[in-house]
Amino acid sequence: MRLRSAPAIAALAATALMATACGGGDEDAQENTDTTLVIWSDPERAAAIEAAAQNFADTNGVRVDVQQLAFGDIQGDLLNAHQAGNAPDIFIGAHDWTGNLVRNGAVQPVELPEHRAETLDETSVQALTYDSQLFGVPYSQENIFLMRNTALAPDAPETFEELVEVGTSLKDGGETSEVLSMAVGQEGDPYRMNALFTSAGGYLFGQDAEGNWDPNDLGLNSDESIAAMEKIAEYGESGQGVLRRSIDTQNDASLFFDGEAPFFIAGPWNIGDADAADLEYAISPIPGFEGEGPARPYIGYQAFFITEGSANSALAQEFLANHVTDPGFILSLYESDPRTPVQLEALEEVSASDANIAAIAEAGAEGMPMPSIPEMGETWEPLGKAEAAIIGGADVRETMESTHETIAEKIGG
Amino acid sequence: MSSRNSAGAPGPGAPARTSPPGGGLAGSGSLWGQVAKIALLGLFTALGVWAALPLYVGGNWAGIAVVAAVLVLVYWVYLSKRTVPLKYLLPGVLFLIAFQILPVLYTMSTSVTNFSDGHRGDKEQAIAAIEAYSVTRAEQGREFGLTVATTGDPETGELVFLLTDSDGTAYAGDIEGLRPLDDATVDPASGRVTEAFGYTVLTPAQVNARSQELEEFAVPVGDGAGIRANSLSTAYEGRATRVYDAGCDCVTDTSTGVVYTADDERGAFYSEDGERLAQGWRVNVGFDNFARFLFNPTFASSFFTILVWNIGFAVAVTGLVFVVGLAIALTLHVPRLRGKKAYRILVVLPYAMSSLAMYLLWRDMFNTDFGLFNQLLGTNVDWLGDAWTARFAVILANVWLGYPYMFLVATGALQAIPRELTQAARIDGAGAWQAFRHVTLPMLMVAMTPILIATFAFNFNNFNAVWLITKGGPFPPDDPSAGATDLLITYTYRMAFSQATAEYGYAAALSVMIFVIVSVMSVISLSRGKALQEVDR
Repeated sequence: MRLRSAPAIAALAATALMATACGGGDEDAQENTDTTLVIWSDPERAAAIEAAAQNFADTNGVRVDVQQLAFGDIQGDLLNAHQAGNAPDIFIGAHDWTGNLVRNGAVQPVELPEHRAETLDETSVQALTYDSQLFGVPYSQENIFLMRNTALAPDAPETFEELVEVGTSLKDGGETSEVLSMAVGQEGDPYRMNALFTSAGGYLFGQDAEGNWDPNDLGLNSDESIAAMEKIAEYGESGQGVLRRSIDTQNDASLFFDGEAPFFIAGPWNIGDADAADLEYAISPIPGFEGEGPARPYIGYQAFFITEGSANSALAQEFLANHVTDPGFILSLYESDPRTPVQLEALEEVSASDANIAAIAEAGAEGMPMPSIPEMGETWEPLGKAEAAIIGGADVRETMESTHETIAEKIGG
Repeated sequence: MSSRNSAGAPGPGAPARTSPPGGGLAGSGSLWGQVAKIALLGLFTALGVWAALPLYVGGNWAGIAVVAAVLVLVYWVYLSKRTVPLKYLLPGVLFLIAFQILPVLYTMSTSVTNFSDGHRGDKEQAIAAIEAYSVTRAEQGREFGLTVATTGDPETGELVFLLTDSDGTAYAGDIEGLRPLDDATVDPASGRVTEAFGYTVLTPAQVNARSQELEEFAVPVGDGAGIRANSLSTAYEGRATRVYDAGCDCVTDTSTGVVYTADDERGAFYSEDGERLAQGWRVNVGFDNFARFLFNPTFASSFFTILVWNIGFAVAVTGLVFVVGLAIALTLHVPRLRGKKAYRILVVLPYAMSSLAMYLLWRDMFNTDFGLFNQLLGTNVDWLGDAWTARFAVILANVWLGYPYMFLVATGALQAIPRELTQAARIDGAGAWQAFRHVTLPMLMVAMTPILIATFAFNFNNFNAVWLITKGGPFPPDDPSAGATDLLITYTYRMAFSQATAEYGYAAALSVMIFVIVSVMSVISLSRGKALQEVDR
């Protein structure tokens, strides 16, 4: 008898235990009925966003919960989470994600009130616009620039030729081992190369009158683009050896900080290390080729997006429209994470106190927003690999034409 | 008691059967065994309920049925006395199903769809996105200050927009339309209505709770335009330019007049001249993904080139680590050698270091201008820029990381072989090589064959080795999707996660192919390994 009832008793006891385990959870569940706005951010900015959003939380009587993800993971994870139905309400991202986010129906359009839209840099709003619809609110911008070691090169070069001349004489004199530290790598770096490519007259996508990118107008096999790459090839490994595949994003900064290169194509992400390094530096625009157009570095914008299907979309819209565009919010974000603001009042205030921000903004004055159409994504790898091959000495026309075909086939299909 | 139980077999001289085998897991275990069993079952039940709750919220009855079935099965197995073998097998089987079989089945089901960027969700989601994204501000569209209110209960009452235009005139708008509002209190600072007779103004949290309703709410103002909220405090006049019609299963763009018809085979709306709307949905495409890499000339040539290199890579690495590892093991097996322990520690070092960091280090050592190799050798080879040197580099780095393991296994196996056997062979007149070839090696292979098969299978899918050193490159300028050192797994990863348009369907088809290839190879090598057959007997 004792033995036969043992399983039944065990089952009862196990179920009872389960019930107590569940009982514990109920109190937590109660708290969750409060409205909580969930924001995804990278760890670098999470604390800043949380602090800056506190004002918003207090005004509207809600809670703001900032969750941290590596910046590079946000887009992919967001798309998967959106599909699974557990995406955040708001997330930060780069403006060139817009096309892909829209294609997957993962973001909500934003309609900024006019008095708010006009306080933002016009190009930045244009960059977040896809198919004449705004999909995110930009708050900061970044672009690459020329950093020089003022002990080696006191003056900012006016042209790329001048830069090469100064750098070469330093190299020949044995003071440095490199003329310029510009990351190319085995896979190429079209993001950095775009500055020189556009200066020499090349273009990737055409634009219509309203500034929308036209994926049907791919310009890589145009005579202008081929001539531009030929110009760049002159500085490659079979030419002057200024641009080389052995310099990549892993070693470009250390070459400059160790004094091995007088010039460095750098980004805002290098500023912290530059301040910590034992050298005097100055920031200036990337010089274009002599007698050609200005170098146009890509400008990338960081923006806040709202997830489609967010249960708190009313609050999220309110947050984007009236808080992300607010100079106070932007300035408090800037204090813990110094990026160039696109909110005009905030930019003015920040530029006045931070010389680097002013210099970077000036270096980006000739810049162009990185195209945000989904087709853009298909160009990075092929174009980079083509540029690396050309710098390594491959035939320019042949490489550019076959790359053009590869990309055209990808975006056509 | 417990020791007798856990032995599970009659002890010497004991009666044939005193208690059922199964130890503490059987019905009549010790008190502590019972308590532990109850605790574990309780925990498992809690886990089941925890898993069932979200399924219940989502209305997934099939899921709940599966959870319940597993629970019942577990209770039955661990409370019954007749299911002793199952008590041991069940956890393993459940984990095998959850973490091996289900993922494989899911991958297979994905491989016959067009799951990719632009084809992630279902058709309803695509239509909703198309319509929502087409709402644009009407030309000279007005802007309003907004206060969201209701005529009834804050949670369920009909929504009303209390609006003020730029002149300060107040309106009330609901789904019927817009009408002037006379007795409203307007806050002069914000220019918004704060109070109006007959309306309850909602707090931000109350408005937010009705977000979904608000997203679709528009006060009609004629001509297809409507006043919509664009924040809690502002509204604008806009219109949706793209409208879905279920009758023709098509989307009409009212501003251009173009009609996009649904194509359920390709999962998108296409216009007559072949232009598609960006938002598509997931559809079944049968074996198109498989056909693509098996028959499409471009993809098939990439696939088969990669496959050949992949096999070559796995064979080369497995062969080399075996030869190097065994050679060192034999050298250090010589009895006269002094300082053996120190040597062995040195040899095992590469195995003790993080392979991820090591791969990155090897990558930097192959840098043309700053790398160790070119500086030591005084050469100027672009190691990772040329197909064959890059392949050599990847194999070299892997052999360095892989041989210590082989060395360890071979050392262990060598020590298990009695030295007398070799000595006897030598006395019988065999040379050193003959003794090794015909006495030591066959005995070694008994232990080594399964290890070699495992090493082969591991290296066949050695993602880190390739991704961290070359990322699959160098790439031919005309085909950036398949590089010279690409393995099938890195190629698949690039297709699914690392390129602009994630192609999960195609990548899943490739994964299924890899699964088939590795399974077939393992089955063949296991069934043909003579040494193993001897062990089996």
